[in-house]
Amino acid sequence: MYVEWQGFTEGSWTREINVRDFIQKNYTPYEGSAEFLVAPNARTQQLWQEVLELMKLEREKGVLDVDTKVPTAIAAHDAGYISRELEQIVGLQTDKPLKRAIMPYGGIRVVKAGLEAYGYQLDPQTEEVFTKYRKTHNDGVFDAYTSEMRKARKSGIITGLPDAYGRGRIIGDYRRVALYGVDRLIDDKKTQKESLELDVMDEETIRLREELSEQIRALFELKEMATKYGFDIGRPALTAKEAVQWLYFGYLGAVKEQNGAAMSLGRVSTFLDIYFERDLRNGLTTEIELQELIDHFVMKLRMVRFLRTPDYNALFSGDPTWVTEVIGGMSADGRTLVTKSSYRFLHTLSNLGAAPEPNLTVLWSEHLPENFKQFCAKVSSDTSSIQYENDDLMRPIYGDDYAIACCVSVMRIGKQMQFFGARVNLAKTLLYAINGGKDEKSGDQVAPNFAPITSEYLDYQEVNDRLQQMMAWLAKAYINTLNVIHYMHDKYCYERIEMALHDRDVYRTMACGIAGLSVVTDSLSAIKYAKVKVIRNEQGLAVDYETEGEYPKYGNNDDRVDNMAIDIVARFMNEIRKHPTYRHAVPTQSVLTITSNVVYGKKTGNTPDGRRAGEPFAPGANPMHGRDSCGAIASLSSVAKLPYSDCQDGISNTFSIVPTALGRQESDRTNNLVGLLDGYFHDGGHHINVNALDRNTLLDAMDHPENYPQLTIRVSGYAVNFIKLTREQQLDVIKRTFHERV
Amino acid sequence: MSGIGRIHSIETFGTVDGPGIRFIVFTQGCPLRCLYCHNPDCRSAHDGKEVSVDYLIDEIKKCKSFIRKGGVTVSGGEPLMQPEFTREIFKRCHELGLHTALDTSGYCAIEVAKPVLEETDLVLLDIKSYIPELYYQVTSVSIEPTLAMAKYLSEIGKPAWIRFVLVPHLTDNEENINQLADFIATLKNIERLEVLPFHKMGEYKWEQLGLPYSLKDTPPATPELVQQAVDIFRDRGIHALGAVGV
Repeated sequence: MYVEWQGFTEGSWTREINVRDFIQKNYTPYEGSAEFLVAPNARTQQLWQEVLELMKLEREKGVLDVDTKVPTAIAAHDAGYISRELEQIVGLQTDKPLKRAIMPYGGIRVVKAGLEAYGYQLDPQTEEVFTKYRKTHNDGVFDAYTSEMRKARKSGIITGLPDAYGRGRIIGDYRRVALYGVDRLIDDKKTQKESLELDVMDEETIRLREELSEQIRALFELKEMATKYGFDIGRPALTAKEAVQWLYFGYLGAVKEQNGAAMSLGRVSTFLDIYFERDLRNGLTTEIELQELIDHFVMKLRMVRFLRTPDYNALFSGDPTWVTEVIGGMSADGRTLVTKSSYRFLHTLSNLGAAPEPNLTVLWSEHLPENFKQFCAKVSSDTSSIQYENDDLMRPIYGDDYAIACCVSVMRIGKQMQFFGARVNLAKTLLYAINGGKDEKSGDQVAPNFAPITSEYLDYQEVNDRLQQMMAWLAKAYINTLNVIHYMHDKYCYERIEMALHDRDVYRTMACGIAGLSVVTDSLSAIKYAKVKVIRNEQGLAVDYETEGEYPKYGNNDDRVDNMAIDIVARFMNEIRKHPTYRHAVPTQSVLTITSNVVYGKKTGNTPDGRRAGEPFAPGANPMHGRDSCGAIASLSSVAKLPYSDCQDGISNTFSIVPTALGRQESDRTNNLVGLLDGYFHDGGHHINVNALDRNTLLDAMDHPENYPQLTIRVSGYAVNFIKLTREQQLDVIKRTFHERV
Repeated sequence: MSGIGRIHSIETFGTVDGPGIRFIVFTQGCPLRCLYCHNPDCRSAHDGKEVSVDYLIDEIKKCKSFIRKGGVTVSGGEPLMQPEFTREIFKRCHELGLHTALDTSGYCAIEVAKPVLEETDLVLLDIKSYIPELYYQVTSVSIEPTLAMAKYLSEIGKPAWIRFVLVPHLTDNEENINQLADFIATLKNIERLEVLPFHKMGEYKWEQLGLPYSLKDTPPATPELVQQAVDIFRDRGIHALGAVGV
């Protein structure tokens, strides 16, 4: 027993690395109201004001500052502070606030382009190192890509691939740093390595032994980093403040080392609450001090920055980091995992104002305490900054210590990771099926030369058969491409510190994804229930469609068409399952577009559902804008029907409602939002973003961005600063179905 | 035929017509001709579409997870113009364990309403004014049946919410509101009184229907005006609420 563990109930967590066991044996469920919460103290207000000033400067310049020379590493930079006397939790990615680091292991070209876009030059020596002496992930991938992969990537049928930047979506168990201290974790890793001194040294074992060595090195670097700030994190954390600081150092190590697409935090609030309760019990702290710790911690999370190119920012709206923190949920034994610190985290949205990061994700269960449900609904209505995911759906599969990476990707903390696979454009795939593998925009033969459809009117059975053929090809090309990417990422851009905070043997998923589900579904419905005439150009390429008659549309709780959506996700998932994956990763699928639904739409021609070329797709699993005409519940019910078993990487739904449509009195609005969430999740819905906003507010923010520096809205799986969206994306958001009723 | 009725439309996510999230059936046909009506397209008994109770119950079942704690409201139009149809819907809802609310102007003979009320958990009674002449001016019908209905509901102890639309320069005079408040204070079954501020969001429907809209120049009711009305009701111990944004 460490002295730092005094006052905790022992268990298997004292003998082995097992954070879940520690939580289960020691946490205090909280079913009370939000009344105990406190406002930010003067120190917090002053510090946050300084951060806001810096952020304002950053918005004006695009990037506040960059280190153009030092390739980032856990301990590469000196300690940095915002305001040393105010900060209760310290640590920055570089030596100055909002100063970005270069992370060339993913690809030096992206770093160079990112720097040049903001008027900086890459240090010539650093450039030489990463072109002449040190190969990057990006170089490795392009060495191995086949011509088919290049074509599919160029046409945009497979898109958003992490082949030039960090893949992300790996969550280190940062809680281990606080609970065990880094020395114990190093010892554990050494034991793991010893356990792999086997008679047969096959490729798998060799790779793992090398990775474990890297993990150990990274843990030493983490200690070194903390030392620069004057802390010894070799030992476990002793107090509430140390627990937050230690845990943050773990996370900071990860964001110093990796520019992952999503750098999620995990599930830390209830873990930290155990330390908070212990200090309260011992009379060592007060509610004001505890809220201050969380406020300062969250401030740091809001300041995570990566150097990315303007294209990337346009695709994803601003620079999202997906510091996803899941809150709430239930324990396997029926107790709620909600603690006072669950409230404290959500309360930062009031204390510091709304913000897209951290990506606060409430794990909803029908069994959550009523008080907590009400509180969430209230914060949602006030800030539009929360997303909800179905704990009752995930807990039976993943247990009660999972978190969400990025938007909707579930993983058991410290035991599971994913190979992020972005997504394929299924709407384009349908057009390829009609055009025999030729791209409808360029006319290029991208997919194999299957026979095109030549009839004047589309026949449902024929289109469906060709779609199957095309999906089979696409799934093969897709998995092959991902295998190349993740082989190279492991080789050249391995997540050392994040994986050091995992068990030896992790469960890996190959996280595929689809975009354009509602477009394909409505198109098939139009072909089946109405008449769709094909318009071809001089080269015989189908470029437009005329639809005669009415047809049922996805989003109206109509089984005739909703079943088509179910069928498509199941069919594509089954095609994916046929192919072998790198490191035997288990294939999964998401229905998630992030904000790239706009870009995918731009790259896709006219579709048989009547969508015009270039028009955005609906985000994620949403029905197409304005086509869900039977009200909010019909719309939600359609999405809830999509089978989670075929979309285990998540099904994203973005829901926007005018506040007054939720009810007349504030208490009615809160109750009705709770009822809506209970209903949606009861029916099997997986994820929902809730925006309670007036269209007029958004229109005003487009014209007067200076008045809305913190206006936050939920998009597909995460939140964004509305004023950082491109004008096109802003218009897309405003065009989406807002549920309102007079 | 009780199993068939005429409706204007359904709404799966009703939040302002009764407690909780409600599935709302808007029936077709209304005997009143309110100047501020925001559903003038529900008036004619011959428009709309014919649907069966079976169809409605199927649609209601699809929403059951959402309306478990809310229920089903039949609104209109005037549901009591189709009493057997309305009763049948409510009866079937009760079999599903769902709460039922009837949104009515009360312009209906008590004997006709009785069988419907047997299956009704809550009545949303719209009283458009109190001074008889004013009531007639607003609705083109007499107030008497509505007052009789209000008294009857009180007698049988049927839970009710009163709804009063506050229209500047029309229903907002103090005498009108005072008298209405005095009357409501005599009733024993009132759980809530909602003062609904007049809005013009239904105006486009009048234009679509080619009907003259006499309140074109009437301003929306301000929050202050609503609060004044609410205070008058509260002074008599009535649980009055001012709605925002309707």
